Amino acid sequence: MLDDFLNQFLPSTVGGLVFGSIYALIALGYTMVYGVLRLINFAHSEIFMIGTFTSLVVITAIAPASPLTGFALFGVMLLIILLSAAISGGAAVLLELVAYRPLRKKGATRLTALISAIGASLFLQELFALVIIPWLTGKPGRNQQSAPRIVDRDTVFSIGNAAIRTDHIIVIVAAVIMMIALDRVVNRTKIGRGIRATAQDPEAAVLMGVSIDNIVRVTFLLGGAMAGVAGALYLMEFENTVFNVGFVLGIKAFTAAVLGGIGNLRGALLGGIVLGLIENWGAIFLGSEWKDVIAFTVLVVVLMFRPTGILGESLQKARA
Amino acid sequence: MSGARLGRVLALAAASSLVLAACAGGGGGGGDAGGEVTSVKIGFMGDLTGENSAIVIPPRNGAKMAIDEYNAKSPKVKIELVPYDSQGKPDQATSLITKAVTQDKIVGLIGPAFSGESKAIGGQLEESKLPSVSPSATNPGLAQNGWTYWHRVVANDDDQGPGIAEFLVKAKAPKKAFVLSDDQEYSVGLADAVAKSFESAGVTVERDKFAKDASDYSSTVTKVAASKPDVIVFGGYYAQAGRLLKQLRDGGVTATFASGDGSLDQQLVTGAGAQAAEGAVLACPCNIPSADVTGPLKEFFDKYKASAGADPAIYATEGYDAATAFIKAVEAGNTTGEKINEYLKTISFEGVSKPIKFKANGEPENNAIFVYQVKGGVLKLLGPAEEAKLEG
Repeated sequence: MLDDFLNQFLPSTVGGLVFGSIYALIALGYTMVYGVLRLINFAHSEIFMIGTFTSLVVITAIAPASPLTGFALFGVMLLIILLSAAISGGAAVLLELVAYRPLRKKGATRLTALISAIGASLFLQELFALVIIPWLTGKPGRNQQSAPRIVDRDTVFSIGNAAIRTDHIIVIVAAVIMMIALDRVVNRTKIGRGIRATAQDPEAAVLMGVSIDNIVRVTFLLGGAMAGVAGALYLMEFENTVFNVGFVLGIKAFTAAVLGGIGNLRGALLGGIVLGLIENWGAIFLGSEWKDVIAFTVLVVVLMFRPTGILGESLQKARA
Repeated sequence: MSGARLGRVLALAAASSLVLAACAGGGGGGGDAGGEVTSVKIGFMGDLTGENSAIVIPPRNGAKMAIDEYNAKSPKVKIELVPYDSQGKPDQATSLITKAVTQDKIVGLIGPAFSGESKAIGGQLEESKLPSVSPSATNPGLAQNGWTYWHRVVANDDDQGPGIAEFLVKAKAPKKAFVLSDDQEYSVGLADAVAKSFESAGVTVERDKFAKDASDYSSTVTKVAASKPDVIVFGGYYAQAGRLLKQLRDGGVTATFASGDGSLDQQLVTGAGAQAAEGAVLACPCNIPSADVTGPLKEFFDKYKASAGADPAIYATEGYDAATAFIKAVEAGNTTGEKINEYLKTISFEGVSKPIKFKANGEPENNAIFVYQVKGGVLKLLGPAEEAKLEG
């Protein structure tokens, strides 16, 4: 047992960090929307799915004969990250406009918005499976779609018996850059102050001249863009996607958001990484089929002792 | 729900149109009254239009090909193939078989394609003395009902796990094997059977399992890489197999990768990438000729391609063999269900997929497992497990 642990600890940690970064990026969208609207945006997992397909289409169109290196790699990664962020962000704004804004205007209860979110999630999945994926790829919409390789799996350096590959570095570095950028936007810009003000007290924010509609739109745009980046990184790393790819990932990312403290940006980051690591570490002892059990057990235990999550503090109280 | 309802309405519509056709047929047949029997009806039952029709259309095409060839010889008794689209659903199979017996008066049934529907109508076949030969139902339990009219021309699921393990032991002489699966019933069953056979052959076995919908297998890859096995066997379907194989190869694991019929699909190669998939070994009770086969299989390949307009796919040869069994029975002058069944008990011929001969419980005497290997990005048939040799 100890032998297993020593052999597998470092490689499992690398795997956990990589997947945890993707959880964290998706978790940001859940946490931001929750912070501002007190709404669990269940269709956020489909925003992520749209990001994976945007990257799939771009990579397939470029179709490099062999994996890229140097500037070509940097350029293509930047391209798929920006395009996926743009399309996913746009889709999130559209989603808000169609599925949530009309309800908000009519003063519907949060439960109604939640049902609308679940409906939007299923609608988007089926729309992609039945119409958009066949149209984009010319293949049956429920099949798994594969993309060509753009990043080689070269080992850059090793720590003990853990090989750190190029693709690992790209995922972690890109995720960290995006999170820092988002943190800056929310904490240092005027629009960020608007987001925090709305999260704190929507009515007071309106009285102070904040346009709620604008703030909500920007919140969805930023959260959607983060999911788009997650989609691009996911596709680069795993090279396949399917219409319901977001379902399980979305639940896990939402879990990460709650674990870190929902409504808290840094909490989402921490929650994602912690979840990824705990899953992989637990799998060393119990086997990979126990990953979900381990993850949710940890969630329940943390919430028992800290009902507001690890960091607890929410977006509204974030330092100005 | 509404899908099922629509399916039922369509089935009803199809059924009523078949009734009309049957009546018309009956009218025509009336002219022969008192004379010799000049034609008999054989049914084909399976999911012809539903979500799993991709594995039922090829055996249907195979069966149709055999019967068309036979009819083209202007035999004394012609055979008419009547399709029954059960959608693979037991409840539809039950109502369709009643109609097949009472109205269409078929004398034999090719199918049902799946195990669930086979189980549902086995008793009815028995009561109405209607012999059946399934090209593709592989559930082991079907042969244990004491049915005497039920047969199949394909090895069952219990044969597959040992088949894969024994083949790998022979081909690779492994000391250590890593047996993986996802958490679906089929996957776990196959992995258990493989692990058991490995252990009885003295091979050390390690196991891991993951959730069906997981997309990151890094913890599994870590375990496999740490254990350094000689062979890896995965129980499961091609979507998961493709992702797993890709991540294993990316993680630096180079051991031979093998899997069962659930992963025998070109989508395994697209999912894993041609490079990672190269050399992967797949086993299946089905015999699917690839373009480079020789002898009778090549002849079948060409004829199938000409008549169906596609390369033979899963269970095409088995469909052909099931139909041939009935053709031989009719050729020998048997035109009732009871007599055809008597004949099937003694039948023995060289089928396209394998030699065809039935045990008393309806299982095929020859329960060969066929081995395939990914070569140059396509699945290539290596032959029955006893004879096949791995390349590279």
